[in-house]
Amino acid sequence: MTGKNRQNYNKNYIAYVNSFDPPTEHFKNCFRAFLVGGFICCIGQFLREILEHAFALSGDELAGTVSVILIFLGTLLTGLGVYDRIGKSAGAGSIVPITGFANSVASPAIEFKTEGLVYGMAAKMFIVAGPIIVFGVCAGTLVGLIYLFL
Amino acid sequence: MFEQYLEIFWGFAKAFAVGGLICMIAQIVINFTDLTAGKILVAFMLAGVVLQGLGLYQYLVDFAGAGATVPISGFGYLLANGAIKGAQKGVFGAFTGALAAASAGISAAVIFSFIMAIIFKSKSKKN
Repeated sequence: MTGKNRQNYNKNYIAYVNSFDPPTEHFKNCFRAFLVGGFICCIGQFLREILEHAFALSGDELAGTVSVILIFLGTLLTGLGVYDRIGKSAGAGSIVPITGFANSVASPAIEFKTEGLVYGMAAKMFIVAGPIIVFGVCAGTLVGLIYLFL
Repeated sequence: MFEQYLEIFWGFAKAFAVGGLICMIAQIVINFTDLTAGKILVAFMLAGVVLQGLGLYQYLVDFAGAGATVPISGFGYLLANGAIKGAQKGVFGAFTGALAAASAGISAAVIFSFIMAIIFKSKSKKN
C-alpha cells in the first residue's frame, strides 16, 4: 500500500473508487430489459395482426412493413428525445429491438447536423449502424456462398 | 370465435416472452462485460446470421413471430435468409440476396433519420 509500485498503486486506487460505486442491480436491469423488449415486440406483433387481417399482407412484405413502421416510430421518438429517456432505464430492452437500430441511425444524424449536411449528418449517420451493415452483409453473403457450394 | 381470440393472445404472449428473453440475454451480457451498445448490436445480428445459416432461427420465427423478427437478431436472420434464397438462383443471387432482403429496413432507417434530422434539433445537451 506504499504506492511505490505503480501497478499496485493503480489497483488499490481502482478498488477504492469501486467501493464508492453503487452496486449494479443485475436483477432489476434484466427485468426492465425483459419488460421493455417484450413490449416493443408486442407492438410489432400488434402491427403484424393488423396488417395481416386488414391489409392482407403476407410473408416478406408483411415482415418488411412491420420493420419499416417500427423504424419510423424509433426515429420519431429519437427526434422527440423520448427514446433516450426510455433507454436510460430500459438498457438492452431499448437497444436490441429494431427501434434501437433506428435510434442508432437517427441519434447521430440529429446530433451532428450542426457540423454540416454531408460530413456531419450524412457521414455520422452510420457511426453505429455502419458496422452492423458491414458485418451483416459479409456474414450474410458468406452464408449464401456456403449454401451455393453445398 | 373464442378460439381465434385465444390464438391471437397466445401470439402476443409468445412474442413478449421470446422478444423479452432476447433483450434480457443482451442485458446480462452488458452487465457482466463492458461491451458497448454498438458491439452488442453487431454480436446479436451475427448470432441471427449464424443461427439462420444453421437453419435454426426459422423455427424461432415460426414460433414467436414478431418476438423473433423485431430484435436485431431478426435483421441478421433476414440477411442470411435472403442470401440463402438468392443462392438457389445462382452466384449473382447469393451476392445480391442479403442486401435485397434488408433493403426495406436500411432504406427506412436512412430516409426517416434524414427527415428527423431536418425537423428536429439535438436535445441531448439540455439534460
